[in-house]
Amino acid sequence: MMASSYNAKDEDGHITVTGPGGGAVLRSKKPENTAFKQQRLPAWQPILTAGTVLPAFFIIGLLFIPIGIGLFVTSNNIKEFEIDYTGADTSSPCFNCSQNFSWNSTSPCTCTVPFYLEQPYESNVYVYYGLSNFYQNHRRYVKSRDDSQLNGNLKSLREPSKECEPYAYHNNKPIAPCGAIANSMFNDTLELFYNDPNGTSVKILLGTTGIAWWTDKHVKFGNPGGVDSNLSAVFQGTTKPLNWRRPVYELDSDQSNNGFVNEDFIVWMRTAALPTFRKLYRIIGKSSQMVPTLPRGNYTLEVVYNYPVRSFEGRKRMILSTISWMGGKNPFLGIAYITVGSVCFFLGVVLLVIHHKCGNRNNGAEISN
Amino acid sequence: VEQRDLTRFFLSSCICMGEEIWLDSRTVYIGHKEPPPGAEAYIPQRYPDNRIVSSKYTSWNFIPKNLFEQFRRIANFYFLAIFLVQLIIDTPTSPVTSGLPLFFVITVTAIKQGYEDWLRHKADCSINECPVDVVQQGKVVRTQSHKLRVGDIVMVREDETFPCDLILLSSSRHDGTCYVTTASLDGESSHKTYYAVQDTVAFRTEREVDSLHATIECEQPQPDLYKFVGRINIYKDREEPLARPLGAENLLLRGATLKNTQHIYAVAVYTGMETKMALNYQSKSQKRSAVEKTSGQRHVVSSFNLRLKDTVLTASVKNHLLSNSTSLVCLPFLLQVIRAFTDFLAFMVLFNYIIPVSMYVTVEMQKFLGSYFITWDEEMFDEELGEGALVNTSDLNEELGQVEYVFTDKTGTLTENNMEFIECCVDGNVYIPHAICNGQILTCHCICKMKVCLCRQEHEDLFFRALCLCHTVQVKEEETVDGIKRGIHQGRPTSFYISSSPDEVALVEGMKRLGYTYLRLKDNYMEILNKDDEIERFELLHVLNFDSVRRRMSVIVRSSSGECLLFCKGADSSIFPRVVSGKVEQVKARVEQNAVEGLRTLCVAYRRLSESEYKEARRHLNEAQLALQDREQRLAQAYDTIEKDFVLLGATAVEDRLQEKAADTIESLHKAGMKVWVLTGDKMETAAATCYASKLFRRSTQILELTKKRTEEQSLHDVLFELSRTVLRQRSISGYEIIHCLDFGLIIDGATLSAILKSKQEGAGPGNYREIFLEIGRNCSAVLCCRMAPLQKAQIVKLIKASKEHPITLAIGDGANDVSMILEAHVGIGIMGKEGRQAARNSDYAIPKFKHLKKMLLVHGHYYYIRIAELVQYFFYKNVCFIFPQFLYQFFCGFSQQPLYDTAYLTLYNISFTSLPILLYSLVEQHITTERLKRDPSLYKSNSLLRWPVFIYWTCLGVFDAVVFFFGAYFLFDNTTFTSNGQMFGNWTFGTLVFTVLVFTVTLKLALDTHHWTWINHFVIWGSLLFYVIFSLLWGGIIWPFLNYQRMYYVFMQMLSSGPAWLSIILLITVSLLPDVIKKVLCRAVCPTATERAQVPSLHQFQLSCYQVGGLFSSFDSCFAKIVNQLLLSHFKSRAFWQKVESTPMLADISYFYCRKPNE
Repeated sequence: MMASSYNAKDEDGHITVTGPGGGAVLRSKKPENTAFKQQRLPAWQPILTAGTVLPAFFIIGLLFIPIGIGLFVTSNNIKEFEIDYTGADTSSPCFNCSQNFSWNSTSPCTCTVPFYLEQPYESNVYVYYGLSNFYQNHRRYVKSRDDSQLNGNLKSLREPSKECEPYAYHNNKPIAPCGAIANSMFNDTLELFYNDPNGTSVKILLGTTGIAWWTDKHVKFGNPGGVDSNLSAVFQGTTKPLNWRRPVYELDSDQSNNGFVNEDFIVWMRTAALPTFRKLYRIIGKSSQMVPTLPRGNYTLEVVYNYPVRSFEGRKRMILSTISWMGGKNPFLGIAYITVGSVCFFLGVVLLVIHHKCGNRNNGAEISN
Repeated sequence: VEQRDLTRFFLSSCICMGEEIWLDSRTVYIGHKEPPPGAEAYIPQRYPDNRIVSSKYTSWNFIPKNLFEQFRRIANFYFLAIFLVQLIIDTPTSPVTSGLPLFFVITVTAIKQGYEDWLRHKADCSINECPVDVVQQGKVVRTQSHKLRVGDIVMVREDETFPCDLILLSSSRHDGTCYVTTASLDGESSHKTYYAVQDTVAFRTEREVDSLHATIECEQPQPDLYKFVGRINIYKDREEPLARPLGAENLLLRGATLKNTQHIYAVAVYTGMETKMALNYQSKSQKRSAVEKTSGQRHVVSSFNLRLKDTVLTASVKNHLLSNSTSLVCLPFLLQVIRAFTDFLAFMVLFNYIIPVSMYVTVEMQKFLGSYFITWDEEMFDEELGEGALVNTSDLNEELGQVEYVFTDKTGTLTENNMEFIECCVDGNVYIPHAICNGQILTCHCICKMKVCLCRQEHEDLFFRALCLCHTVQVKEEETVDGIKRGIHQGRPTSFYISSSPDEVALVEGMKRLGYTYLRLKDNYMEILNKDDEIERFELLHVLNFDSVRRRMSVIVRSSSGECLLFCKGADSSIFPRVVSGKVEQVKARVEQNAVEGLRTLCVAYRRLSESEYKEARRHLNEAQLALQDREQRLAQAYDTIEKDFVLLGATAVEDRLQEKAADTIESLHKAGMKVWVLTGDKMETAAATCYASKLFRRSTQILELTKKRTEEQSLHDVLFELSRTVLRQRSISGYEIIHCLDFGLIIDGATLSAILKSKQEGAGPGNYREIFLEIGRNCSAVLCCRMAPLQKAQIVKLIKASKEHPITLAIGDGANDVSMILEAHVGIGIMGKEGRQAARNSDYAIPKFKHLKKMLLVHGHYYYIRIAELVQYFFYKNVCFIFPQFLYQFFCGFSQQPLYDTAYLTLYNISFTSLPILLYSLVEQHITTERLKRDPSLYKSNSLLRWPVFIYWTCLGVFDAVVFFFGAYFLFDNTTFTSNGQMFGNWTFGTLVFTVLVFTVTLKLALDTHHWTWINHFVIWGSLLFYVIFSLLWGGIIWPFLNYQRMYYVFMQMLSSGPAWLSIILLITVSLLPDVIKKVLCRAVCPTATERAQVPSLHQFQLSCYQVGGLFSSFDSCFAKIVNQLLLSHFKSRAFWQKVESTPMLADISYFYCRKPNE
């Protein structure tokens, strides 16, 4: 009895196994004859041979190539126009603005960039702004936000989480919205004008809604005090982020797009994955079936130049793009599909040859014709 | 060594002279009575009480002690360090991610250990509180076991267990003996006799015992169960104290049980934790498996990689920052160093997942659970013994799959150790007892070569008496004994002979069949029923016990006529040198002849002792027995002086049959590429015969001898070089391909071996004999080492273990003499044999029979190896896949240690998303069927999964997959959108996309590797993928109130709502799996390994025939074709099917043209 009780002892946390019922028990210990215990469970035993894999390769080849071609064609049909308005060159229209930038200037610097669209853009056109060399995915940057404050939690509004440091308090007032992400929000204003051939310049209507995820706007972000509250009252006692020109409750005149649920703000708060990224800025709605949304011709981009990027050698772009079911212009997926499909098909052929040669050699002895 | 012995001897003798005060001895005052004044100073000594503490912890020290124990393991400590770093500095992931798994592991282990300890506490408690009868003031008083103290006189009744180590004083039997079974100590269920000192036998009642006035001097407790040296001093009315020796035969061990004796009185000498049983329990060194070692190596390698990555990244951070911000340059140097260091730590935290805690847990779980398949195996269950295989350490399961050298004992392992008396030979005349016919024993048949002469008659009488007297067999008069059962037919149908050695039983029984029946030992008189049904009585004066060094035993008896006779039986080599007369030549010839036939031979001799000689002998023996120090040595000396000048009587031959399927097993082991070495104490001829019988040596085997006989003729040096030349020449001729066409067998004996081993110590010898010997041994398919002492067995194992290739060794044996080799070898296997359970107790695995070794190695070992190899490699692979994208991401996030995946994914990846499939795989995978493995042992050697190329392949695959995941997602995200509403995704979607592809790829990769899909595999693999999806939906579907971030909110759903995300997931999974599939298919098609070939045939045959039949009948009615296909499906392999085909005229016609029988 002692001996068996000692058996359980183990050293240094190593698991020591005593067979079931260990020790000097004299009863019959015949193991049960179950399929599991005898390792005899019925099993399917597939083997990857050239023969079995062959069809799979051909099927993949035959499926992937058409998909790839489809994707490639779709991607090629998408129209995209990109213009850099950083003002790094002396020749560029925004050079002055980029040079004379100061945080406290009261009068915003404005510059106009003319461009020419060679093709008409049908259906909805999406306006993006793009930033380069901007590490929105930097660790300290990414975590510098308070989701509960953004969700409209009053307590977090007054006491922002310490993740927001050093952008949590300013002059002993809590910052709303707190954190580095909010503080660095993109605040250039972009406006588009179509220069009619007859000389008039038409302002193009830019839709501000529908640019953020629906769930973000309606669930994840919320103004403190509910939908219908008086925002300026609710945000009383907080201060605007250092770099902002306006407090958060003056982002938009439209109440449903103001405060934390402002879509520009929400879009900015979704940190980009890569240092070169674009974010949806506006949507140019399709006006009618007959006329293209953006006809061919001359345009002017009017920029209120607020956002400094030269300190980190960044770039700013404005992008116009149409969208298909698969999103924006991206030939990668199509090319990849075509490549993989062709490789599989090719391998299928190679394997067929191998299967014919080696298969016969290996197994000829067993049953042969 | 000798010198040390000598000094020890001197020292001890000095101490003996100097008033016999030993630091390492204790004096026990029986009944706590002071000795009479003047005899000795009464020094009451303090001993621990009889409390047994097997538990490790108490309630208050459990937490600190357990934590300390756990964090002593390097892996746990590493993770603790990571966790602390996360707590202290600002790191990318929250401490929860590494704290939670660590906490989980630590808690589970702590709970398990705590529970076990609680069980031990309970067991301790019940043992410590069980009642014990103690004699106090002439009365028997009942107390609790833990109150027992050294010096207490204890009364033990029949079937009770001894509460502590006791010295027997008296028993209810008149001769002061008692029977004890030590089944729970060493598994030997035979009854052993223990003796009381003759001077205390008379104290039979409580009162009498209490009046006993004596002290016991004995050594301090030591763990050897079979050794005890002590002395009892009995004081009687102012006389000189009587000193009597005490030995192991007087010491009743705790844990043993009293049998066949009503009650005994005994005095406690060792109590509590000082009992031999408690001492014995402590140290059994942990063997570490080679896989664990290699994975340890991998650990080092990968942590080196990790450090490398860390430093690269830290350096690049520095560059990055330096080039970007001018402010940093102004920072003082020290601050920069600190920054660099914290960055380094932060990277370490980010990449620590590459060595996950869960791997250690999974490996341990696999070993723990996997070992149950061994104990559950029905084929390894022995009906006769009623026991199956036992696993004592599950750490070594996979070692069973890599064994290169098998060291096996002969007696009891290869052979049954079930002795049968075959014949005896007296002075060259052979006697053969006849077989039993109809329960009647026929009279013995005697082949007489010579006419009866007086001398022969006398020798014959002496010979039979010698065999009847010279043994330690007991007669057991009752029915059930679990040891060796032998019915004594004449008169006492319910009596059995019991002995610890089956040879003796066989001999005594053989004698009985020849007409001389040993009846019993009564009052020191041995009674024999001779041929004429007369009872002869011999007084037993001394027993000179058997030991493996002397290899003989003797008794000194006084016959009824008053003659003193010494009978000796032993191995021929130990008897012949001591023989002075007798027909040595004839006996020797017969012995050799028998040995060649594989029989075990013993020689019998006697010596007539004159009264003065006897007295001299008695003096020697008593002196030696009384000695407290070096008793063994002195006894050996005494034996040596007494056992000489023998007259040779004759020899016996006992057969030890081969175990069932021993030859088949050996053959399989050979085919599996293992080298089998037989290590035995037996003599060369017998052992060689067994080797031939068990197919270790075949007729074609060229035997190389390296024996004493040969080395006497030539010098050892010459023999060795000659042999090595022979072997090497053969190898150079045969080259690599036909290396097995002519195999060598080597026979070496103990004397030569020790000469070879000694050569190293002398050092000056030309060339290193060890190396040459190893070289020869390595090139022989079978080696027989005979005349081995137990320690030499271990030496050989050690020698091979330490050789260049560091092969994995396995030792298998059944007796106490194999324990040393079992402990020495990488894997020790014990056979639950007849010579007790010591081997089984000390082994890593215990099996009932030798034949079970085949399944143990070829099937279980092979499986475990494959499984654990895949487990370890796969873990590295999946974590490379997991962490490498993270590494790549650092180049795109300014080296800021930004994690790519969400915290939940980081934490759960190894714990739940990818843990179960691999665990299950490592439990049930069968890449080749059991039958196939058993049928084709050569598959065993194709195990080489933990080699570096394989590891590199896995790592490359992991890196490739990681690159595919990361850059696939990168190009998809690169400066564009892939939603149909133009909205953008952020970094968490990026990570989730990579992670989704990762989980699917890694799981499907395992699915590709699985060759044995049971329903559990399906359930677990598809289940864990489903779980991932459901978890992600849930995790992103709710604003979690307890989290301070909602970064994953709707990320997964948004991703799934985009078509290109689906397309890219499918594409990336395909691309990452493609290389592995291609590699598998190509390798199989171009140069299939033995394993791969073994997987195919049965299936292939089936496919081919289906294909053919399908093609054949395509023009026929398709329904008909289906039926035939069905038929083929169910009956493909059976002969009956083909007969059916032949008997059906139309079918036969067609099938003859298109398919032939599979075995044609």
